Amino acid sequence: MAKLIERRSGGRLTFQASSLYPVLFRMEKRGWIKGTWVEKEGERRRRFYRLTDKGERALAMQRTTWKEFTVAVNLVVEPSHA
Amino acid sequence: MPDWTKYVRENLPGGGFRGELGAEIQEEIATHLEDAYAEALRRGATEDDAVARALAEVDDWERLAERIAASRRRAAEAWGTEGAEATEAALRRRGGGWGAAADMLQEFRYALRRLKKAPTFTVVVLLSLGVGIGATTAIYSVVKGVLLDPLPYPEPDRLVAVWNSAPGSGEALLPQSFGVNAVYEDDARSFESVGIWGTTTSLVNGEDGPEEVPAVAVTHGLFPALGVQPALGRGFTFEDTQVGSPRTTILDHDYWVRRYDADPGVIGTTVIIADVPREIIGVMPEGFRVMDRPASFYHPYRYTKADLTLTQFTFRSIARLRDGVTAEQALEEMARLLPMAAERYPGGVSLEMLREIEAAPVLHSLKADLVGNVGNVLWVVLGGVGIILLVACANVANLLLVQSESQERALAVQSALGSSRRRMVLRFLTESLTLGVLGGMVGIGLAVGGLRILRAVGPADLPRLGSIDLDAGVLSLALLVSVLVGVTLGVLPLVRAWRLDLSSSLKEGGRGSGAGRRRGTARNALAAAQLALAMVLMVGSGLMIRTFISLSHVAPGFSDPDRVLTFGATATATEVPDDNDVTRAHQALADRLAQLPGVESVGLSSSVPMDGRAGFDPIYIEDFPLPEGQQAPVKRFKWIGGGYHEAIGNPLVAGRAITWDDVHGLTRVVMITEGFARRVWGDPAKAVGRRISTGFSAGDWREIVGVVGDVRDDGLDQDPVDVVYWPMAMRGFWAETSGPDALFLQRGMTYVVRSSQVGTPGFMDQVREAVRASFPGRPLANPRTMASLQHDSLARTSFTLVMLGIAAAMALLLGSIGTYGVVAYAVGQRTREMGLRIAMGAEPRVVTAMVLRQGLALGVIGVAAGVLGAAGASRLMDAVLFGVSPVDPLTYGAMAGGLLAIAALATWVPARRAARVDPMVALRAE
Repeated sequence: MAKLIERRSGGRLTFQASSLYPVLFRMEKRGWIKGTWVEKEGERRRRFYRLTDKGERALAMQRTTWKEFTVAVNLVVEPSHA
Repeated sequence: MPDWTKYVRENLPGGGFRGELGAEIQEEIATHLEDAYAEALRRGATEDDAVARALAEVDDWERLAERIAASRRRAAEAWGTEGAEATEAALRRRGGGWGAAADMLQEFRYALRRLKKAPTFTVVVLLSLGVGIGATTAIYSVVKGVLLDPLPYPEPDRLVAVWNSAPGSGEALLPQSFGVNAVYEDDARSFESVGIWGTTTSLVNGEDGPEEVPAVAVTHGLFPALGVQPALGRGFTFEDTQVGSPRTTILDHDYWVRRYDADPGVIGTTVIIADVPREIIGVMPEGFRVMDRPASFYHPYRYTKADLTLTQFTFRSIARLRDGVTAEQALEEMARLLPMAAERYPGGVSLEMLREIEAAPVLHSLKADLVGNVGNVLWVVLGGVGIILLVACANVANLLLVQSESQERALAVQSALGSSRRRMVLRFLTESLTLGVLGGMVGIGLAVGGLRILRAVGPADLPRLGSIDLDAGVLSLALLVSVLVGVTLGVLPLVRAWRLDLSSSLKEGGRGSGAGRRRGTARNALAAAQLALAMVLMVGSGLMIRTFISLSHVAPGFSDPDRVLTFGATATATEVPDDNDVTRAHQALADRLAQLPGVESVGLSSSVPMDGRAGFDPIYIEDFPLPEGQQAPVKRFKWIGGGYHEAIGNPLVAGRAITWDDVHGLTRVVMITEGFARRVWGDPAKAVGRRISTGFSAGDWREIVGVVGDVRDDGLDQDPVDVVYWPMAMRGFWAETSGPDALFLQRGMTYVVRSSQVGTPGFMDQVREAVRASFPGRPLANPRTMASLQHDSLARTSFTLVMLGIAAAMALLLGSIGTYGVVAYAVGQRTREMGLRIAMGAEPRVVTAMVLRQGLALGVIGVAAGVLGAAGASRLMDAVLFGVSPVDPLTYGAMAGGLLAIAALATWVPARRAARVDPMVALRAE
C-alpha cells in the first residue's frame, strides 16, 4: 500500500510504517476499511485491507470536498482566473 | 534474516497492546518491515543495508505506539460524535419540538467538551457539588429510613404504644401492667387488638455448649395488634399464655434458617430452653421484628388471669386502633376502663390510689415511641449537611461567574454574529445542568460510601438502622436536588449574559463598567454567604465540642471505666437448689475472681449505671411521714452483694458499705445516693442511721448505713437519679406480695471486676473459666466494660459532634477557597491599577493592606451574618446540647476569631501578590 502511494504520487508522497498503521487502524475503527488475514503456503500470513460500503461513501464525500477545496484554493492562488 | 516479529515485540512499547489484538498489530508491522527488507535485498542492497532500510521504516517506536493508541481512542470518540451528530440530524429532520431536543443534545455535547477542556475547573466543581449532594443524600436517607418511612407493619398509622401517666406519683410516664392490659383486652372496643411485650434471653444448646440468645416475650394479643401472623404454623392463643398449659414457642425466621436449615418439619417438634422443653408452634415471617428488637425466639408470657393484681407497671404495650377510631376516642374509653382494673384485679393499686396518683391512659404513635428523641440529632445533622450543599453551591456559582466572565468576549462575538438568545439560554442551562447532574452522580457515589461508614460509626442506639437505604425515593430526591442546583447555578451567569453590554465587552479592558461592579457585588455576596454559612456550622460544632467536654467532666457514679469489666452470671436452681446457699455461691465466685492477676476489687449488683435494668418502687421515710392522700415518691432500686461500690468506683460519702455479712445475715440495711440524702436530711451524714421502707404502705423499716455518690443512671447527659441499694437477699421484702417470711433473692447478678488486666487477651478467658467453675450450666452473659456503656451513652453526642465537625471543616475549606478565589480574581482584574499605584509611589505595604481590607470586609460581613444565623439555628440544637447555652459567648467568640483569621489568611496570599506587581509588566500587559 505504501509502495502504491509512493508510485502513484511519483515519489512525492512516502508513507512510513509509523504513519501508515495508525491511519489504517483508525480507518478500520471507523468502519471505512476492513482488514482480513490471508495465509499462503510457505509465507508469513498478511493482512489485506478492503474498502467497505461506508468507506466508499466516505471516500466519495472526501473526494468531492477535496476537489471543491482545491478548486477554491486554485482560484485564490491563480488570480488570472479571477 | 532477522526475526522481525521478535524485533517489533521488543521495540514497540507494548503496554496498550496486549492480547490477541496486540499480537496482530505486532505481526502486521513485522510483515511490513520484512517486506521492506526483502524489497531492499531484491534491489541489490547488501544484507546490512537492507536491515537498515527496514529499520528506517519506523524512526520513533514510542511515537508509533502512542499514535496507534490514539487512533484507537479517537476512533471511539469520533464514532460517538458521529453517532450523536446522526441522531441530532435525524431529530432535526423530524422538525417541530424535535429540533429543540437536537439543539439540547448538541449543547450537551459541547458542554461536555468544554468541561473536558478545563479539567481543574470541572474536578473542583464536581467535587464541591458531589460532596454537598452526597452528604445531603446520605443523611437524608438516614432521616427517611429512621424518621419518615412508615413502620414495617400493615396499616402502621393505626398502631399505638399504650402507656399510663401518673403525675401524682412523680412519674410522668408509667409503663403498662398486666391487670390494665387484661381489662383492655376484654373490654376496649376501640382496639382491634392489644398486647404486652418485653425482651428477654433464652438459654439454648448452641454449637459450642450452652448459649444465650435474644428473645421477645409477648401476650397473645401482640402479633394481631402488629398485624403480623407466623409465616408457618400458628400464633399464640390465650391458652398458650396461661400457667398450666403446654409450653410453646415461635421461631424467628433467620434463626429458623440458621439453626434448622429452614426445615418446615420443625413445627410440632420440641426445643429445650433453659432446661425446659417447649413445642415450636410457628415461624415468624422473614424480617419481622417487634419494635426493632432482635430475637431468636418469641415466647408467650405465662400468668394466671384470675390471680392478676394491679401491680408491676413495668411492661411495654402495643395496640391497634379499630378502623376509623381516633386516638382521642380510644383514650376516652381507656380512661373509663382504667378504674375497672382496680376493681377487677384487687390486691395491688387500689381505686383510691389510682385517683391519688392521677392515673390516666396515654397513647403514643408507635413510630414516635420507637424513634424516641433521635430525631433531634438527625434533623440537626441534616441541617448541617444542607448548609454544606449551600456553601458548595455558592462556591460553584462563583466559579461559574468567573468562568463566564472569561468567556464574555467570545459570547459577545457570538451574539454579534447573530447567535440567538434562546440558544444562549440553552447553552448556559445545559452546561450548569450537566454540572449539576454529574455532581449529583458523584454525590450518589459518595453517599453510598458515606452510608457504609455511617452504619459503622452511627450511634449504636439509632433505631431502625437496618431500614436505612439509598432507595428510589432517596435517589429521586438526590436527582431532583442535582437538577435544581444545576438550574439555579445556570441562572446567575445567564442573567449576566442576558444583560451583556456588547460594546463594552468588545472594547478592550472594559472593566470599570456598571456591569462589572454588579458582578463584583454578586461575587462578594456569594463569598460572604459562604463564610456566614461556615460560621453557622463552626458554631454548631463548637457547641457540640463544649457539650462533649461537659459530658466528659460529669461525675457519672463510677470511675476508670476502661478498667472495669461487667458481665452477668446466674446461680440457676439446678446448680444451687437451696435458696439459702445462693448468696454464698455468688460470694465464692467473687472470691475466685478476686484471685485473678491484677484484680483490685470485685462486686456485684442487679444493675450497673446506665444498663437500664434498675427497678422502680415507692420509698417511705420514717422521719417524714406522708401527709394524708399523698403518694410516696418512686425511687430507683438496685440489689447488691458485698464490694459493689468499691469495684464500680463510687466513693462512700458517709457511713459504711453493705458487706457480704449483711447479705448472708439478711441484715435490715440499705444504702442511698448523696442527692437523695441531701434533699431529705440536708447532709449525707445525717441520713446515716435513719430508716426507710418500700411496699404498698410504710412500715418495713430498714436502716440507712451508708451514702454513696450520685449516679447518672439514665446516661451522662441526664440528671443523676436517686438510687436505693438493697442487699441482694432480704427477708420479708415487699411482704404484701410475697408473704412476711419469704426470702427475697436475686439469683442473676451483674459482676463488676476492677482490674488493670481488663482488655488484655488472657483476662477474659480467665474470667470465663472462673464463672464456668462456679456456674457451669449458664455462660457468662453480655461482657462489656463500663467504658463501652459510657461510650454508648455518648454515642449520639459524639455522632452529632463528628458529623457537624466534618461539615464545619468542609464549609470552612470551601468558604476560605471562595474568599481566596474572589480576592485573587479581584487582584488579577486590578493588576493594572495596582501597577499604577506602585509606579506612582505607593508602598507595597499599602497595597497589601488595601487588598487585605477587602478580604477582611468579606470576613466581617460573613461573621456578622453567621453569628445571627448561628444564634437562630443553634436554638434548634437545644435538645442535643448539654452544659452549654445555645448562645455561648465563648464558642461564638472563638469561632468568629477563627473564621476571621482564616479569611485573613485566604486574603493574605493574593494581597502579597498584589504588592509584588511589577508596574512595568502590569502596564505593558494592557
